[in-house]
Amino acid sequence: MGILEVKGVNKRFGGLQALGDVNLSVAENTVHAIIGPNGAGKSTLLNVLVGKLIPDSGSVMFDGQSVLGRKPHEINQMGISRVFQTPEIFADLSVFENVMIPCFAKRDGAFRMHAIESTHHEKDMAEQAMAMLDDVNMADKRDMIASSMSRGDKRRLEMAMCLVQDPRLLLLDEPTAGMARADTENTIELLKDIRKKRGITMAIIEHDMNVVFSLAERITVLAQGTPLVEDVPEKIKGHPKVREAYLGEAQV
Amino acid sequence: MLGLNSRDFRLFLIVCALCVFAPILLNPFPVASSLGESFNAGYPALMQRFVIFGLLVIGFNILFGLTGYLSFGHAAFLGVGSFAAVWMFKLLSYNVVPAIILSVVVAGLFSVVIGYIALRRSGIYFSILTLAFAQMMYSIAFSDLVGKLFGTIVTNGETGLQVYNDDPQILMSEGSPTVPHLFGLEMNSAFTWKVGGWEFVFQNGYYLSAIFMILGFYLSIRIFRSPFGMMLRAIKSNQTRMSYTGLDTKPYMLAAFVISGMYAGLAGGLLAAMDPLTGAERMFWTASGEIVVMAILGGVGTLVGPVLGAGVIKYLENIVSKINDSILHNWFAFMPDWLENLMVTVIHPFIGKGWHLTLGLLFMAVVIFLPGGLMQLGEKIATLFGRKKKSDDAKSGATEPAE
Repeated sequence: MGILEVKGVNKRFGGLQALGDVNLSVAENTVHAIIGPNGAGKSTLLNVLVGKLIPDSGSVMFDGQSVLGRKPHEINQMGISRVFQTPEIFADLSVFENVMIPCFAKRDGAFRMHAIESTHHEKDMAEQAMAMLDDVNMADKRDMIASSMSRGDKRRLEMAMCLVQDPRLLLLDEPTAGMARADTENTIELLKDIRKKRGITMAIIEHDMNVVFSLAERITVLAQGTPLVEDVPEKIKGHPKVREAYLGEAQV
Repeated sequence: MLGLNSRDFRLFLIVCALCVFAPILLNPFPVASSLGESFNAGYPALMQRFVIFGLLVIGFNILFGLTGYLSFGHAAFLGVGSFAAVWMFKLLSYNVVPAIILSVVVAGLFSVVIGYIALRRSGIYFSILTLAFAQMMYSIAFSDLVGKLFGTIVTNGETGLQVYNDDPQILMSEGSPTVPHLFGLEMNSAFTWKVGGWEFVFQNGYYLSAIFMILGFYLSIRIFRSPFGMMLRAIKSNQTRMSYTGLDTKPYMLAAFVISGMYAGLAGGLLAAMDPLTGAERMFWTASGEIVVMAILGGVGTLVGPVLGAGVIKYLENIVSKINDSILHNWFAFMPDWLENLMVTVIHPFIGKGWHLTLGLLFMAVVIFLPGGLMQLGEKIATLFGRKKKSDDAKSGATEPAE
């Protein structure tokens, strides 16, 4: 029984079957990659997991509780954090504040009227945030406005914002999309580091096979909205069905 | 100090000092001089407006400055506050305490309902919804729809609401003052201090309003520096990340909206406490627009900007509009006649009723050259004089807790 159990999920957009009978089980304490050619339904699946889309049928259970019909913030409060394809950060706020906000969300829940307390007096929160920034080597950038940083740093920051909440499941949507080679390598190192230090369960959607094979412990291949195979990376590499799916796309 | 960091505390003290000494600072010219007649702004009625509208825009800035949601109907809460206060005068007595309390409460209730509905949309749609609500409330007040429905008076329509001799005023006793008062301290009584040609008027009403503005200012600093304020800025920055961080944006927005509505209600209550009558025109959409202009002119999202913006506009409205052609002729009397007439002709459209033109030009100049409002001008001047930007000591203050 995995921490995340997707059973028989269908999602249709007009005439397009985006997801057809998807079953997926992400075991606790693994890195599970979901790969597939363009239009395979990877992003749709992710959006179902975070509550942005509601599937037509099927169930999505996280730690024995259904996530369907819950709002994104409620799903986050259950312990699922998400890293976006384009880093979603608080661009107008300082790096430090960017990390403080998830600390508060973790401690105080979805809403708290803390209008009179001073942010600077929240020493525990500040310590947590600083420790996290240290962890991702961004302590020296704490007072920078987030929008002024490089794309790689924004990704790093977004990761820090998710990790500081100690999520039970971290969802990554193409974390290296559009990145330069060096940034991609950095991100892989960062993710490996996180995995080693914190043992967080990750579900990762990725195009870049290099990234997938250096991180994933288990891989699900999605094609045309349906899972083709699920196995360990070594077996996936030479799998005929996978080749077909990918080569088929390449020939088009 | 008072839970503020040293920089905010200094700012707070400056604002307090300005409020206390305003009657002196705003009357720099002798009464009898021609400059004094035209430019002295230190008379109670205008000073009250400075602080009351300052308070109103401070509250507006908590919503617009922090969350970026532009309410275009804030005058409705001001009007509601005024009506509530006048009703307290009519029913209880001229004591301002129940009036002010009720004005805040009633404006709070209205903003809960309007905010709950308007906040279902964001951006321009939110602005339009707030505008629509305010205009509906204006129409209802102007035609006294509620009163007609119950066969009584609620807002008294076009005439406006005021206190009549046959009103119940159940808490009035024989010796009670017949003007708004604070436990006997009459709002419109003042102490006049004459020094040489100067005359400084210290009025109770002004000081009561100033105290409320100072309290409101203090609260707004606390909100700006609180985790709640940080959440509001986060909403402005990225709502997607907000919800994926486990935060529900709706209650945060609504809380900001209600707080700012209550500020407006308090301002409305104070307006009525200074002058116990009110009418629907206080809720008209141009009044709401004026609040937006004040905030943008002063500097949206800054602490003192709103007060500054309110001050500048009220100054223009009351001072520039008073200048007329004969005053101009007086000023330019030293010139040859043809030049004098030319100057008067050139300046004529910008004074008197044309003060809106002056305001328009000023507003355009600020928006184009100083997008950060007049506060940005202050910053620019400060850098010009080689003072290092103050953000440095704010940062060192912020570093402490992490150590």
